[in-house]
Amino acid sequence: MSELTLTIIRLGLLVLLWIFVFSVVGVLRGDLYGTRVVSRTARKPAPAARRGDGQGAPQKRPKRQPHSTAPRTLVVTGGALTGTSLPLREAGTVIGRNPECALVLDDDFASGRHARIFHRDNAWFVEDLGSTNGTFVGTERLTGPVRVEAGSTLRIGKTVIELRR
Amino acid sequence: MTTVSSVAPRTRRNVELVLLLLAVAIVVLAYVNVGLSVSGAFPPGLVTHGTGLLAISLAFHLLLRWKAAYADPLLLPIVTLLNGLGLVMIHRLDIAEGRDITEGLALRQLTWSALAVAIAAVVLWFLRDHRMLRRYTFTAAVVGFGLLILPLLPGIGRTVNGSRIWIGLGPFTFQPGEVAKIVLAVFFAGYLVQTRDALSLAGRKVLGFTFPRGRDLGPIIVAWVLSLLVLVFEKDLGSSLLLFGLFVSMLYVATERTSWIAIGMTLFCAGAYVAYLAFGHVQARVHLWLDPFAPDQSDQVAKGLMGMAAGGLLGTGLGRGRPDLTYFAESDFIFPSFGEELGLVGLFALLVLYVLLVERGLRTALGVRDGFGKLLASGLAFSVALQCFVVVGGVTRVIPLTGLTMPFLSYGGSSLLANWSLVALLLRISDVARRPVEEVRTGPSPSGEAKTEVVAIR
Repeated sequence: MSELTLTIIRLGLLVLLWIFVFSVVGVLRGDLYGTRVVSRTARKPAPAARRGDGQGAPQKRPKRQPHSTAPRTLVVTGGALTGTSLPLREAGTVIGRNPECALVLDDDFASGRHARIFHRDNAWFVEDLGSTNGTFVGTERLTGPVRVEAGSTLRIGKTVIELRR
Repeated sequence: MTTVSSVAPRTRRNVELVLLLLAVAIVVLAYVNVGLSVSGAFPPGLVTHGTGLLAISLAFHLLLRWKAAYADPLLLPIVTLLNGLGLVMIHRLDIAEGRDITEGLALRQLTWSALAVAIAAVVLWFLRDHRMLRRYTFTAAVVGFGLLILPLLPGIGRTVNGSRIWIGLGPFTFQPGEVAKIVLAVFFAGYLVQTRDALSLAGRKVLGFTFPRGRDLGPIIVAWVLSLLVLVFEKDLGSSLLLFGLFVSMLYVATERTSWIAIGMTLFCAGAYVAYLAFGHVQARVHLWLDPFAPDQSDQVAKGLMGMAAGGLLGTGLGRGRPDLTYFAESDFIFPSFGEELGLVGLFALLVLYVLLVERGLRTALGVRDGFGKLLASGLAFSVALQCFVVVGGVTRVIPLTGLTMPFLSYGGSSLLANWSLVALLLRISDVARRPVEEVRTGPSPSGEAKTEVVAIR
């Protein structure tokens, strides 16, 4: 076997190794673009805790309702997460302290899975999921699912959530 | 804690398949290179080893398509390439030592690889959700510590090359410490996810550092004493460092407090210094580290260094160096063997592969939504990183040489078994992390009934 062939194979192996490395890095680019970063420890209440929700991330928004009063987003207006907003999903938005919830509260008076906002029969409802300290719409404590509209205010522990169009 | 999720989750299994075929192709080319440069002909074992590796990795790939469709697509190709290159180097050392292909170490390594992949497949098959492991937190503690002290028991413990880290059952020998690493990571994750609130909230602030209260120091002291016991009785620096480093890093991930790292480093330095003063074998290692070319001691490190120097930038080419001059060239010193034959360029490609492997583990930890999964994934990823640091640092004289294996590259059944299972766990966690939220949320979540929590800080 000629020395030249061996050298070509030897260098070709190194080139292939680096091609492999760069193709792996190329697949990694998916992590940099098109991801959503959700910070769970809101140190300062002021800036929106959910970056990228607004512009970059294409979120599936619920279809425009015939009712002009149908809410489309929830906005936290009081408590540790003030300023956070989140689009409502027709499948249901669970609010609570559990990290699996769509809106993860940093509130000592909230339960793991505290309340759920969901869509049914062309209307939006909120229901309490058996929380310890209860969910309030206005001043009324929930006992079953209650219909809500844009402008309704929910209170969970120390957190105040407003539904907006 | 922060969670990062992909907007449009894709399984990317086809990308995995392409990368997997590329990885096997690189291994086959390396194999051909060895054969051509040693004997000038295509190696006779090419079909056995090549199809063996291809069959193993394709079988695992199919299992992923079936059982964990959203698992990370990069872990399997990276691990396959590392395992395959390790096989090639071990085969090349077989030729240099004059061992026949049927009784060589490479064939045994291939058999171990197949067994390791089979066990990893079983892990992936039966572990449908990594949160199941949280139920066995304290079982894992007992099993992990049991595995650590197993080599000390009379009868089954074996002393090999001065370290008592082996057990022997009939003709088989095994290093239980490799498996203990994973089991203890499960325990640490389960324990810290329960106690992290108390460990991170209580404390007093001195000079910008928040120091924990005295009673919260208990766990770190226990881990420290245990790692020192491993160091003293099993004479194994590497496992001791790995065990303690794993605990401290997971403590940091759980609490976000730098003071734990400061405390851990101080404790470790103090313990290492006392061990240096008290034990001859530690002193020998330190002298070997500071002056590897001094006479009247092991010339292992010196030979490794000379080998890497002979390789230079582009290496001598596979089959053209003399890596077999170093003792344990196929296990502890496989990295200098690669340095000699692939050169700095090839060595850095290998290091970047390890970096990418660890990065995928940490990315999984970021993406998964439950605290236990985050801690477990980051702990497993960190254990791979720390093990690479200890091995590469040891052979390049950054730290004293310790006896650990390079994950996937080195010859050794226990190491392969443990690391493939580790990757199976990471794949399972990444499957949960990358799966679209709608699919995960079907059915009640295990922690769904959690009521308002009260942080117990006693």
